[in-house]
Amino acid sequence: MSAADAILQVESLSVSFGGVKAVDGVGFAVRPGEVFTLIGPNGAGKTTVFNLISRIYGVGAGRIVFDGKDITRLPAHRIASLGIARTFQNIELFEHATVLQNLLIGRHVHRRTSLWEEMLFLPKVRECEIDFRAQVERVIDLLDLQHYRDAHVSGLPYGVRKVVELGRALAMRPKLLLMDEPSSGLNVEETEDMGFWIEDIVQDLGITVVMVEHDMSLVSRVSHRVLAMNQGTVLTIGSAQEVASHPAVIEAYLGKAARA
Amino acid sequence: MRFLYKTDYDQDIRLAKHGGHRFWYTLLMTALLLAPWLMSSYLLDQLVVIGIYSIAGLGLMLLCGYTGLVSLGHAAFLGVGAYTEAVLAARGWPFPLSMSAAVLLSGLTGIIVGLPALRVKGIYLVIATVAFGAIVEEVLARWESVTAGNAGLMVKPAQWLGFKFTGESFYYLTLALVVLCTLAVLNLLRSPTGRALVAIRDSEVSAQSMGIHLAKYKTLSFALSAAFTGLAGGLYAHKLRFLSPEQFTVLQSIELLMMVFIGGLGSIHGVFFGATLLILLPQAIAVAKDFLPPAIGGAAGLQAVVFGAIIIGFVLFEPLGLYGRWTKIRTYLQTFPFYRKGTFKREKSFQKSERYR
Amino acid sequence: MQFLQVLIGGISQGFIYGLIALGFVLIYKATEAVNFAQGELLMLGAFCGLALAGFFGLPYWVALVLAVAILFCFGFLTEALVLRPVLGQPAFAMIMVTIGIGFVARGLVTMIPGIGTDTHALEAPFRGEVIDLRGLVIGVEHLVIIAASVLVCGLLFVMFRHTRIGIAMQAVSQNQLAAYYMGIPVKRLNGLVWATSAAVAGLAGMLLAPLAFVHVNMGFIALKAFPAAVIGGFESLPGAILGGLIIGVVEALAGFYLPEGFKDIAAYVVVLVMLVVRPNGLFGQTIRKRV
Repeated sequence: MSAADAILQVESLSVSFGGVKAVDGVGFAVRPGEVFTLIGPNGAGKTTVFNLISRIYGVGAGRIVFDGKDITRLPAHRIASLGIARTFQNIELFEHATVLQNLLIGRHVHRRTSLWEEMLFLPKVRECEIDFRAQVERVIDLLDLQHYRDAHVSGLPYGVRKVVELGRALAMRPKLLLMDEPSSGLNVEETEDMGFWIEDIVQDLGITVVMVEHDMSLVSRVSHRVLAMNQGTVLTIGSAQEVASHPAVIEAYLGKAARA
Repeated sequence: MRFLYKTDYDQDIRLAKHGGHRFWYTLLMTALLLAPWLMSSYLLDQLVVIGIYSIAGLGLMLLCGYTGLVSLGHAAFLGVGAYTEAVLAARGWPFPLSMSAAVLLSGLTGIIVGLPALRVKGIYLVIATVAFGAIVEEVLARWESVTAGNAGLMVKPAQWLGFKFTGESFYYLTLALVVLCTLAVLNLLRSPTGRALVAIRDSEVSAQSMGIHLAKYKTLSFALSAAFTGLAGGLYAHKLRFLSPEQFTVLQSIELLMMVFIGGLGSIHGVFFGATLLILLPQAIAVAKDFLPPAIGGAAGLQAVVFGAIIIGFVLFEPLGLYGRWTKIRTYLQTFPFYRKGTFKREKSFQKSERYR
Repeated sequence: MQFLQVLIGGISQGFIYGLIALGFVLIYKATEAVNFAQGELLMLGAFCGLALAGFFGLPYWVALVLAVAILFCFGFLTEALVLRPVLGQPAFAMIMVTIGIGFVARGLVTMIPGIGTDTHALEAPFRGEVIDLRGLVIGVEHLVIIAASVLVCGLLFVMFRHTRIGIAMQAVSQNQLAAYYMGIPVKRLNGLVWATSAAVAGLAGMLLAPLAFVHVNMGFIALKAFPAAVIGGFESLPGAILGGLIIGVVEALAGFYLPEGFKDIAAYVVVLVMLVVRPNGLFGQTIRKRV
């Protein structure tokens, strides 16, 4: 696949934390409209890769190209305006706000009003607010969050919070969605729902999804391609079946003896 | 019980959400407008001081309550605003111009104070604000050519185009500014900037992922907060008619912080509740002194003890502040007789390290 | 020569700040709380000593030991009654509650008829004595303070690093729930921490009293000890002493060489510079949340 086709291209990405090579020469390319999954044992560096793409961590070496633009050195807050959204492994919601406010914050990159206009609450601000609200309502519809619209996040159960986090990322209308362990902590039914939503997101909204996941049934159900990592390096890339039967991957998860 | 049937996004965006709101706030505004006829001039005076502290409180609430940046140096902004206004008024500047300069200079000071905030968190930020406050206080005391230092500075009454704002006219001036500032802050909070500030308070990492530029919004919060407090300072100068650096020490900063905390952190109502308590408490103590035995009542430390006890009491029993207590009472009345004791029950929480935020 | 004398004065003053700062750091290390009442505890220690020495006529050292013991108990009680319910709330609540305690302490002492509003002198055996080293003068009071600071710092350092109690305290500060699960007696430890910190404050107060006189506002010196703790990095005990020294020396030099007023703000300027250069202090650690 040529570089021109890829929406996200990661080349030889490396970063070290105090002598430990968390990510070592990771490279992959993601096609627009596909679901690309990173799998690997704990500590493999999958979330670190996400944090590098989101620019929460500084890149040690390598390049990240999104939509033709080199984002390796961009500050973290500029990533969202390019169209990259993300959810977090340990939910990072705004606890003291309502679900609606959380989702509205997701629209922040589409803000068109200045400080003075907002303090005077000119009609333009009202229009923008109504527009934001309409967009957010569409996300609420998609994710069935109507009941929780005005609920404070701090009182919500875990499964709902995961959905709210997804909603907040979707409210941004991203081109690329980074999902970190979307099914962790969810029961079977909720995981199935998550799978349906991921399919909807890709097919109806045209968003490319890159996710870190451990639940292999979800992975094989929704992913187009899978990348397996261990100890900061890439083991293999391929379809879910190919990766699951790859000897190096089996060794990484189960140890050497299991190969026999 | 009131059930709101919503048919329009405007209902969520509006400031006055339903008829009840409109009614009570209109009543409040009417009462405030008629105050000079309803109250003694002494009470009117108190109302003016409450108004001034409310504006300062709005600034501090924006910073502490909504952006989550605790500041123990806000008296510095009050002082900068007060002295700027006093000095420029003495030089004959027209009132709107001198006040604008006071607001601008305070805002600028706020930006400077906010610079460490961009890298520094938690207790370190608190100490940085204390340090700034102490430095500003010292500058005010030493820059005698401008501020007359520790000797104190007399302040002329506010005047514009020959009209002097004193007594009732000063009350209306203060009231107008209070209303304008409150509306400005409320508007800010229901728009993207306000939400960005709240996002920074709750989770900086995900705020960044949402595209919120931390440095820009933190600086903005400091600047706005300082600007509002500076405006309050300008009015403060004209109210007290006499300024000295001792009025802007860390104790004053503590009082401001106490005000927003006791009022209810994270709410605008809290600002006004807190300001009212802060101003009326010394009066109440003075009245109560007559009923206490002289050993207690006549002692100089009584006010400190009462202040301290109130702070401790609120932290222990009502961390949501006066507004929190009012919300509970209101919910009780609204849902009577179905109020459940567990509605506002605080979940037992264990301390989690704030260094890992 | 004069420079050296100024330097010695600064170092002496710095150790005072350092001793007070030790109290701050102790509490922060063990409970992640900031004790804004440390100065007032210092003041209470001094007044206790005054009462014991003045009223009961006890000799200085006896009064010192008793005052420290009284403050120890007071710290334990305060923790049990007032501070324990506050755990679990954000750090801001702890700041407010300790400010409140400070207010109450100051107010109550002021209310003591006759004594509260005056400044008192406390007689100490070494008061006024100096040691003369070839022209350089050091007050014996200062040497006592230096010795006490170093001793307390050393003891606390060893406790935190090498004893089970110290490690347990650090565990409690990082994740209280996990500490409960591990069987650590959290409440008892917290009480112990606050009691020890109060005792350190009381010691500082008693040692400071012969120098600075005993009055209700003597606790405000803690406002300068705060920057000392911050400069050292709020979690480092030796850092607190070092921070105190830095501030003491800078203050003394500023007072001698710079125009009036710079001495008062020297501490604050230093802490601001430090926060710009190293946001977590000299020995503090940058801890970043894992997301």
